[in-house]
Formats: sequence, structure tokens, C-alpha cells
Amino acid sequence: MSDQVAVEFKDVSRVFSIQQENQAGSVRAVDHVSLQIQDGEFFSLLGPSGSGKTTCLRMIAGFDRPSDGEILLYGKDVSRLPPYERDVNTVFQDYALFPHMSVGENIAYGLMIKKVAETERNKRVDEMMDLVRLPGFAGRKPAQLSGGQRQRVALARALINHPKVLLLDEPLGALDLKLRQQMQVELKFIQQRVGITFIFVTHDQEEALTMSDRIAVFSQGKIEQVGTPAEIYEHPTTSFVAGFVGVSNLVSGEVAKRITGSEATFSVRPEKIHLATANDKVESDMFSADGKVRDVIYLGLYTRYLVELDGGGDLVVVEQNLKTTSMDVMKIKNQNIRLFWKKEHMRYLGDQK
Amino acid sequence: MINRLSTYLYLRPRLILLLLLLPPLIWFLVVYIGALIIMLVNSFFYLDGFTGQVVHQFTLQTYAKLLIPTNLQIFFRTTLMALTVTIACIIIAFPLSYYMARFASPRMKTFLYLAVTLPLWSSYVVRVYSWKLILAQEGIISWFARLLHVDGLLTWYLSSKLLGGPSLAVSVTGIFLVFVYIWLPYMILPIQTALERVPKSLIEASGDLGANPAQTFRNVILPLAFPGVIAGSIFTFSLTLGDFIVPSLFGNSSFFIGKAVLTYQGTSGNIPLAAAFTMGPIVIMITYLLIARKLGAFNAL
Amino acid sequence: MLFKKTIPSSGEQAPWYLKLSAIAALLFLHIPLLLIFLYAFTTDVSGYTFPPPGLTLKWIPRALENPEMQAALLLTLKVAVLATTTALILGTLAASAVYRFNFFGRETISFMLVLPLALPGIVTGIAIRSAISLLDIPFSFWTIVIGHATFCVVVVYNNVLARFRRSSGSMVEASMDLGANSFQTFWHVIFPNIGTALLAGAILAFSLSFDEVIVTTFTAGLQQTLPIWMYSQMLRPRNRPVTNVTAMLVVLITALPILYAQRITASTSESEGGSK
Repeated sequence: MSDQVAVEFKDVSRVFSIQQENQAGSVRAVDHVSLQIQDGEFFSLLGPSGSGKTTCLRMIAGFDRPSDGEILLYGKDVSRLPPYERDVNTVFQDYALFPHMSVGENIAYGLMIKKVAETERNKRVDEMMDLVRLPGFAGRKPAQLSGGQRQRVALARALINHPKVLLLDEPLGALDLKLRQQMQVELKFIQQRVGITFIFVTHDQEEALTMSDRIAVFSQGKIEQVGTPAEIYEHPTTSFVAGFVGVSNLVSGEVAKRITGSEATFSVRPEKIHLATANDKVESDMFSADGKVRDVIYLGLYTRYLVELDGGGDLVVVEQNLKTTSMDVMKIKNQNIRLFWKKEHMRYLGDQK
Repeated sequence: MINRLSTYLYLRPRLILLLLLLPPLIWFLVVYIGALIIMLVNSFFYLDGFTGQVVHQFTLQTYAKLLIPTNLQIFFRTTLMALTVTIACIIIAFPLSYYMARFASPRMKTFLYLAVTLPLWSSYVVRVYSWKLILAQEGIISWFARLLHVDGLLTWYLSSKLLGGPSLAVSVTGIFLVFVYIWLPYMILPIQTALERVPKSLIEASGDLGANPAQTFRNVILPLAFPGVIAGSIFTFSLTLGDFIVPSLFGNSSFFIGKAVLTYQGTSGNIPLAAAFTMGPIVIMITYLLIARKLGAFNAL
Repeated sequence: MLFKKTIPSSGEQAPWYLKLSAIAALLFLHIPLLLIFLYAFTTDVSGYTFPPPGLTLKWIPRALENPEMQAALLLTLKVAVLATTTALILGTLAASAVYRFNFFGRETISFMLVLPLALPGIVTGIAIRSAISLLDIPFSFWTIVIGHATFCVVVVYNNVLARFRRSSGSMVEASMDLGANSFQTFWHVIFPNIGTALLAGAILAFSLSFDEVIVTTFTAGLQQTLPIWMYSQMLRPRNRPVTNVTAMLVVLITALPILYAQRITASTSESEGGSK
């Protein structure tokens, strides 16, 4: 990772005008977004659908143009450049493989357009197919491949052009869980090996946490927070981020006052909360809260508890099943319980709600 | 170079739209819509009986001519024929469509689909002609009737004033049979498409909720197939309204709309009257289309 | 729980009356055509006596050598080729515009294009004819072509549009993303993809034009296309056996390519490069 800024958004907005029945309106898909993505990073754009992350990606690729602001690629303003003149390649959500071409021809497409000689083309295609672990597939047609295989062809097709930046638009969405997890590891590995900047759009926070060097969390066209996975998870700056990445466990108002002495909204992660046993003592660097266990869900690795606090509100608590069996954890249902956590594990949130 | 031109266009999507849309749009507006408008205008002119020339003056007398009994009869006759043909087509087509949609294996379905569309794309003229051979007095139907010893019945039927005629080949029944035969595929396909779109799970759900097969058919399948029936009827109705070939080949001198139009614009040069006549089917069809659209028939096309 | 009878779903057996009606309908559709084929070989000079007294091949060369028939056939072919070409261009342009862009009046375009086929043939015929006489244009080969092209456009349009809609939407973007400009994208990606749709549309349009008789009656001058010639033969039953043979040939010329067209349209609906 060098110090260069690969992609920069300078106060970028994208406004769509929509025509519905008799009224015209506008939608701010992207709302004054500023962002800097470093060269060589694995950077994720994370957010729910409609949050603007895909629109931002498309503007980097060139399929869409900002209504306001500038987009810089390695310092150069690319807003007026069509996609075929940007040194950027995309892996599409539906892969967009050309059905009338073989796998080999698909992968070589970019080289063919640039009029690279055939021998050189074939050599590079073979290298790429090794990289994505599809050796010998060159002659097949996309229709004959499985979803995971098509995805890898799409990846190879993009990477073979040695773009400065690779854009990935929710590429793993169509794969089943096991395959997705496998591909997450593979993508990360490839990125580190090839060394280029990856910009990855996803709505799956776990995916973003797994793969990224840094994450930008989007909501309603704006960026809520940018940071490393740990920063985003442990130190969310807004209640949206706290809620979207992991379980937020927001407490505010009267109930908060009872526990912390202040009405300010706070958030505490479920794994940081402990169910007090008879021997536990609440130290001075901890807060405690009383409630009733409403629900117990056994998940193998850990158990999730839903605790209704005296005074209102819920907290989700997660504890690893280090000692107990499933029968034991079920016993605690509908019991009164005391919860406690370290004060330093709590975040006060800047915004209300 | 080419890249620059491509970029120039790429940045101006509206220009691309214009370049794409203009040729077909201009063609259609000039050739078709323009012609329709001219025809409409023509219907408000009239043919001077003495000079034999079309007078370019706005008048309603040509339309008034439509209201004389002979012409009203023509409309009535044609519409009635269209209606009966449509109903007959529905009755004959439905079982086949139903079988194709619900019971045929994929291979059988492809075969049946080809079997139905093959006549559709075989020459219209040929198919009409084939019935000339069938209905002829020495043809297969007479032979069949003689075989079954019902030829007396056939003669009696032909002597009936309304449905009969000098021979089967020249009779209202003959016209009716040929129309049904010709337009049948147009009815089969939309019904089959509509039936196919009924998800199997709906039928199973109906059964699960207690309906017997007949009730399921009446309450679930039939209403969902209805748009397909309407779509098919658009074809059969429209095609029958405008056809002049079949009545000419199989009819006596009684006119149908198509024949009237052909005669008026041809020999008598009475284009205004021909145009006025044509407005009839247009109005009927547009009304029909609007009703059909409301009933959801366009989804089945 | 009461035993519930459900409608048999596909794979199970259909009731006998359904099968019978279906077969009857099929026979009704096909026997007339088969009879034509039979009559093309009959020895009977009147051409339609049933049962045919004998079979012969002698009518076939007689039909093929008929100069009127040959002239009509040639004219029909020329018209069909020109009309099809025009329809291909106009139909593809319109389909591209409708697929790619969202503009005011988009649904109206589809409606307008289908009108020549949806409205009875005499409407198209008389409309064009009124225009022609009003503007004092002479009837000619070209007026026939113009009429045919107009109703053939929608056939190409529907085929190409359906093909567009079935393809992955991102293919054009992918191509541009990989470095191809608009023209290269059209040549390498778009055109090959709609190739089969164009072929199918062309075959359908060709058949439509080849077979058309109603509009042609109104837009032709003294020329006779093959269907018109056959129609005139039918009105005056002089040479039935020759007409029979011609009929059989016409069916073969128009129907067989159609079957082929349908096969290729069906087969391309599976080969997609997308994630679905």
C-alpha cells in the first residue's frame, strides 16, 4: 500500500429526477459524499439497499456521472471520461459474461479490444485462469458453468487488464453461504497477491468486516462513518452504524439514566455484556442493569439471550457456550437476571435515535 | 478518431435516442398514421354521382349512406359472423390449449406448439383454398356424407335459407367453417400462454382448501385463462371483420364489410364510402381493444 | 381428513374427453393441408374429386413451368426481401430505443408498431390506398414494398426486444468497462447476441410478406404477387391441379423456415452469461 490516493470523492452528489404519475420529484441517491481510498487498499462500501453505495461505485466506473462534485482517479478528474477510457475494471453483480463467447474469449476480451497479439493474449489468459483456479476451462461456454465458476471468470476478465482499481458490485450475493465464505478468503488472497486497490460494495456487514482494510458505511446517500473494521464495530459514531454493523443495543432516556446516571444514548455490544452469576461482583469500572430473560436461542458456538430491562427496553446478550450444555442455558428463561459490563466497552452516541 | 465520436455520443444519450427512434418513427408517422388520417379525412368527402369524382368538401353524407338498411345489414352480417366464429374458435381451441398447458410433457409440448403454429405460418391463401376442395360437391365432405348415408340431410340443410346455399362451397356455413379453420391457431396460442402462466401451486392450493376439480376449474383456472381468451378473440374478431377473401370465395353475392370496401374503392372509385365503411371495423376494434386492455388481455399476448 | 381430489398436474394423465377434443382440434387443423398435398398428385383433372382416382407427378413440372406463376413468384420474392430488410433495420432501431431509454410515449410506440397487424388488413390497405390516390402516386412495386414493410416491422421489433430483455443488462456496461467504445461494443457484444433474434424476425417477416394478400390487393397496381395470382386462379377454376401443386410448394417455402426460426429462438433462451 503506497501513500497515493487511488480514488477520491470531492463533495460528490448524484440527483435523479423521477417521474411518477403526475408529479416530478428528485432523489438524492448520493448526497455530498467525500472520500479518499488509498492505493492498494481493500476498501468496502457497506450499507443497506438504496443507500447510495452502488451509485458511487458506478460513478467510479463511469456508468453514471455525478450531478455535483468531482471524482479523481490518481489525481485526475475522470467525471467526463467514458468507462472505456478509465483504468478501472468492474466485476458485476450478475457477472455479465458474454454468452456467445467462450470462457477464454470472455477473459481475453479487454486484451482483444486493445489489439494485443494472440500469443500474448493466450499466455495471459492461462495465467489468469490459474490465478482464479479454473485451469483448462478456456473452451467452455458460460452457460455450462456454475455460479461460483462464472464469478471467477468475471474476476479474471477484469483483472487481466491490470487495472489500477478493481470494482466489485456485490459479487458474492448469488452464492450459497459456504461458497461465499470460501470466495471471501480467495478474493482477499488474490487482492493481496496482485496488490491493486479493490473497492467492494456489499450490504453484508460480516462480509465487509471479514475482507476489508477499511469500510465506509452508507445510509441514505451519505457516509455515516469511515474506518477499519475494528473501529467501525467497537467505536460506532452514529446509532445507524451501531445498529447496522452488529447488534446495537441502544439504550436511552429514563432507562439509561437508571444505569449510567445520564440520559445520553449509549450502545454496548452483546458480547461485552455478561450475565451475572452468584459469585460475580460488580466492580467500580462496570455498569449493571437488572432485567428478565425473555428469550434464549442456542446457536452452537454461543447462546443469544434477549433480556428485558426493568424500566423498559431490551438488551441482546451473547455468551460463548464454554461450559454449559443446551439444556442448562434454557433453564434461565423467564428468570430475573443482573447484567454487567465494563464502562470502557460502552459508547455514547453523538446523535439521539 | 472513432473513440472521440463514441465518447461524443456517449455523453449525449438523448442524441442516441433521437438517432435510433427517428427513422422508424418518421416512417410510421408518414406511411401509416398519415395514411390513416388521410383515410379518415376521405371519409368526410363524398363521391359526386354525376361526375364520378371525389369532391373534397367536408360533409357527413357519406356517413349517412352507411345508415341505409343494406349497409346496416352488411355491418350486422359481418359482426354476427365474427362473433360466432370467435365463439366456435374458443370452444374448439380450449381443450387443446388446456391439454398443451397442463398435461403435455415438455417434448409433447414442443411438438404440439409446432403443430399449431405450422398451419399458422402456412400460406393463408393455400389454407383457404384447401377448403374449396373439401367443400366441393365432389369433395371429401360430400363423399363422407354419402358414406354415412346422411347426404339427404346435407341437401336439406343446404336448402335452408339462412345457413345454406347452392352448395357447401357457396354458403354461409361454408364461410363460417373456413373462418373457424383459418383463425383457430390465433385462439389456441394465447389461451395456452395464459393457462401456462397459472402456477401449479394455485391449483394445488385450491384443492388443498377443499375445492373439487370442477370447482377449481371454474373458480381458479377459468378466470386466469380469461385474458388469454380475450386476447385470442381480438384476433379472430378483427380478422373476420376485415376479410374479403373468404366471403368472396365461399359466399354468394351478399356482402361482408371487407368485400364492400374492396368493391367501393375499386370499381366505383368511391373511396369516401370505402373509407367510411372501414371506419366501422376500426371503431369496433379500438373499442374492443380498450375493453380487452382493461380486462388484462395484453399480458397474455 | 376427507380424501381430496386435486386437478392432475402435468405428468399425470388427462381425462379421455380432453384428449379426444385435443386430437380432434389437431386433426381439424391439419387435414385440409394434407389434402392439398394429396391433391397435388391426383390424376383427376378437376383436381378435387375424393377419393383421388390415381396418383401422378405430372402436374409438378406443369406448375413450375407456368410463366405467370414464375413471374408472380419472382415478384413476391423481391418484395419479401426488400420488405424484410427494411423491417429489420426499422425494427431493430425501434427495439433498441425502447429497451435502452425511458422516454415519453414509450408504450405508445409498441402500440403503434403493432397496429398494422392488429387492425384488420383492409384498414391498412385502404388507408395506404387513400393516401396513394390522394397524393397521386402511381401504384407500383414500391407501393407494395412500403405496405409490406410497415406490417413486418413489429415482427422484428418484438423478437429483438424480447431478446434484449432476456440478456444480461450489464453486458454493454461490461464491454465498455473492458475498454470497448460504443461501436466496438455493438459489433462484438450486441450484434452477436441479437443475431438469432434478427434471423428469426427476418424469417417471420419474410413469411408474412410472402403470404400477404389483403393489403397487397389494395397497394398493388397491375402486378400480381404469388398469393394474388393463386387467389385469381381460385376464382376461376381452370387449372386446379396446377394450383394444387403451387399451393403445396408455397406451404413448403413458407412453413419450413418458420419451424427453423422457432427452433433457434427457443434454443437461445437458455444460453445466458448471467448469475441466474
